[in-house]
Amino acid sequence: MTKTNRNTVLFILLTLGVVLLFVINISLGSVSIPLKEVFSSLTGGHSSKETWQYIIINYRLPKAITAVLVGMGLSISGLLMQTLFRNPLAGPYVLGLSSGASLGVATVILGASLLPPFIATLIVSPYGVVLASSLGSFTVLLAVLAVSHRLRDTMAILIVGLMFGSLTSAIVGTLTYFSTAEQLQKFTFWSLGNLGNLSWTSISLLSICAAIGLLLSIFSIKPLNSLLLGENYAKSLGLNYKKSRVIIIFATSILAGSITAFAGPIAFIGLAVPHIAKLVFQTSNHNVLFWSTLLFGAITMLICDSISQMPGSDITLPINAVTSIFGAPIVIWLLIRKRKMMS
Amino acid sequence: MENKIILQAAQISIGYSHNKEKNLVASGIDLTLRKGKLIALIGANGIGKSTLLRTITGIQKTILGTVLLNGTNIHELDALTLAQNLSVVLTEKLPPSNLTVFELIALGRQPYTNWIGKLTGADSIKINEAMELTQISHLAAKKHYEISDGQLQKVLIARALAQDTPLIILDEPTTHLDLLHKVALFRLLKKLTDETEKCILFSTHDIDMAIQLSDEMIIMTPEAVLQDEPCNFISKGSFNTLFKDEHIVFDNEKGKFTIV
Repeated sequence: MTKTNRNTVLFILLTLGVVLLFVINISLGSVSIPLKEVFSSLTGGHSSKETWQYIIINYRLPKAITAVLVGMGLSISGLLMQTLFRNPLAGPYVLGLSSGASLGVATVILGASLLPPFIATLIVSPYGVVLASSLGSFTVLLAVLAVSHRLRDTMAILIVGLMFGSLTSAIVGTLTYFSTAEQLQKFTFWSLGNLGNLSWTSISLLSICAAIGLLLSIFSIKPLNSLLLGENYAKSLGLNYKKSRVIIIFATSILAGSITAFAGPIAFIGLAVPHIAKLVFQTSNHNVLFWSTLLFGAITMLICDSISQMPGSDITLPINAVTSIFGAPIVIWLLIRKRKMMS
Repeated sequence: MENKIILQAAQISIGYSHNKEKNLVASGIDLTLRKGKLIALIGANGIGKSTLLRTITGIQKTILGTVLLNGTNIHELDALTLAQNLSVVLTEKLPPSNLTVFELIALGRQPYTNWIGKLTGADSIKINEAMELTQISHLAAKKHYEISDGQLQKVLIARALAQDTPLIILDEPTTHLDLLHKVALFRLLKKLTDETEKCILFSTHDIDMAIQLSDEMIIMTPEAVLQDEPCNFISKGSFNTLFKDEHIVFDNEKGKFTIV
């Protein structure tokens, strides 16, 4: 009973945390906007300065929404992969899904010059990029899944993910030879990761993709719980393994793929956040873990984005640099702790 | 006969088929599993006990013949009906997780819960009953990796009990246990079949104990797979066909193997 109470309190705190950090995230930046003004702008009122209003609606608010969507989506895709692969170190970035998505995007942005102009403009549209990116991550996920069936070893799967990363970067490198300076710049900016610069149209598209992925994940909560006992026990509990696996893989690829398409490959969020949720809630029950991962994902991404804005200065750090500084130590710590977790 | 048949296999052949190549493990097997019986499956290493168990639990297909669960071909049953009629305890290690003993046993209720897996009052009653029968109620809040091998084995059995199926199949539940825990486990299985009318089939290498406690036995040898009561097997001298080694002889009077 006390545990349920503890969880309720934690969930309330986390939800408040998301709201608070959302507002703080909007108020921080090269121009600092007082929290009171942010509140009045968001609740439909008028802020005392026209420029503040403009900055909030056209720049800060879309970025904060993107941060929330990216944080939630990547974290959930990481959670799904960790349970599906029975591997605490799985995540969209480490297993090469982001590399696959990069390859898809690179093919579209950089390879467009090899195609006739009409088709090129068609596929470089946001829809084309999302599709290519999702297909890229889907392909890599299928490949990793095929390999993981032969290799039950945690480390081997991670090395395979690493190899996919090298392979895709080699192909991307080759593609850059055939592209123009403008295309190359576009791709380089994309690959650094960026939560800003998304139009409201792109955000709606990203929201739809994230909503589909998250909904499918909610329907996978029960199968994921039975998978905690391993494939054979799960089947003996009446789980349609093949069907559930397809749904989980589809949800993971659409989440990781669409997010990577819009925000670039963002490192470590998918791996680290589920562990924070597991650590704080001390459970493997996906009924609890799903929602806590969702909230922690939003919180983590809002914090990382606020840091990357370097409040008070004109500099903006690439978001990938911030998430890596925060995420890489967590991976090292997990590897050191792994022996204990596995035995 | 009043004894109701739960699972039946007539003249089945088991084995693995890769592409068109068939690798036959055993053939002409007749099995009948009835309510309220504790049945031990014995045989030398590599004889195909696991293959037989995998086949009659529906994980793997037969090469020839069909396995009938309550009169229906096991491969024609949908996954949910199968899960409500047959539960298993496997030898494989559980993946790393934070599951508590209670949560692990509660997963046994999955065939009955709704789409999100919410436990109802009736589910909680079944879970608590399973924990009481196996005497592990005091472990409920512990993480499953914090308890001993013997306790974990009981937890896995409790999970199968919570699944509330007329048939439970266990693959070598007594390995890794010391004599004390082996005996306790055998007596628990015996008690369960007596009290709950369930049929329990388990494979084991502890033949002496199986002879003393089980109602029926299934002996696997390269020549044949036989099912009978332990005392009949003793009088027929079947245990001597188990191991192809003249140094191991079954002593009919003592009811155990001796090394000559």
